[in-house]
Amino acid sequence: MSSAKRSNEPIVWFLFGVGGFVVAYFLPIHIMLYGLAFPLGLAPDPGYGKTYVLLQNPLTRLYLFVLLMFCFFHAAHRMRLTLSDILNMRHLNTVLAFLCYGGAIVGTVAAIWMLAVVH
Amino acid sequence: MPQYTTFQPKPYRPRMSAYWYLDQWNYLRYALRESSSFFVAYFAVITLIQIAALKAGPTHYAHFQALMRCPVVIVLNAVALAFILLHAVTWFMLVPRVALRQVLNKPTPDIIASAPNFMVWFGATLIIALFILGVF
Repeated sequence: MSSAKRSNEPIVWFLFGVGGFVVAYFLPIHIMLYGLAFPLGLAPDPGYGKTYVLLQNPLTRLYLFVLLMFCFFHAAHRMRLTLSDILNMRHLNTVLAFLCYGGAIVGTVAAIWMLAVVH
Repeated sequence: MPQYTTFQPKPYRPRMSAYWYLDQWNYLRYALRESSSFFVAYFAVITLIQIAALKAGPTHYAHFQALMRCPVVIVLNAVALAFILLHAVTWFMLVPRVALRQVLNKPTPDIIASAPNFMVWFGATLIIALFILGVF
């Protein structure tokens, strides 16, 4: 039993599955406001000052960390499967896994690094 | 006479077009839904850039706001929103396929089984929007 190879599928599928809900519940409003409504002048942009105060709140940063981590891992798993199954790149599975999950880890570490300390 | 061939069986390898997902609407819908992941990654990176700009100061945040006003970026964001809404709706509609199939021995209509998801989505969107807009 000790030599049996353990699959990493439960871990990546857990992150993908929970991430699916986090992305669906929380990401659309971020794009609607920061990506469309504020640039187009459809809603009043609170601007640098208020947004920075919001970032100073530890709960905001915890929320952003959870959001970004699940976004990255959800996207990584699905991008890997999209590339291998839909675009027939299964022969590159190891490279794709390395790039996708590696990218998600880099993104998550960057999020921790930026959100850990805000003065 | 036996009706089988005398040759060894060869593994069946169906030939699949590289554009197989264009053959049927269901395939295309699947391909589009899965492609939403690229836009999720895109806007997660945008959000990281926004946080970095916020931390770097007002000048950098103004650059970020100017970047978001570029027509190309606005079009990209609109496409990203469309894909992520496709993800959200299809994800919420999964519920009736895995749970809540019966209430009072009758099959639950899909939309009723998915309704709690849509309500949570609406509530979460409202709360986050009020925080972002500075109402709270």
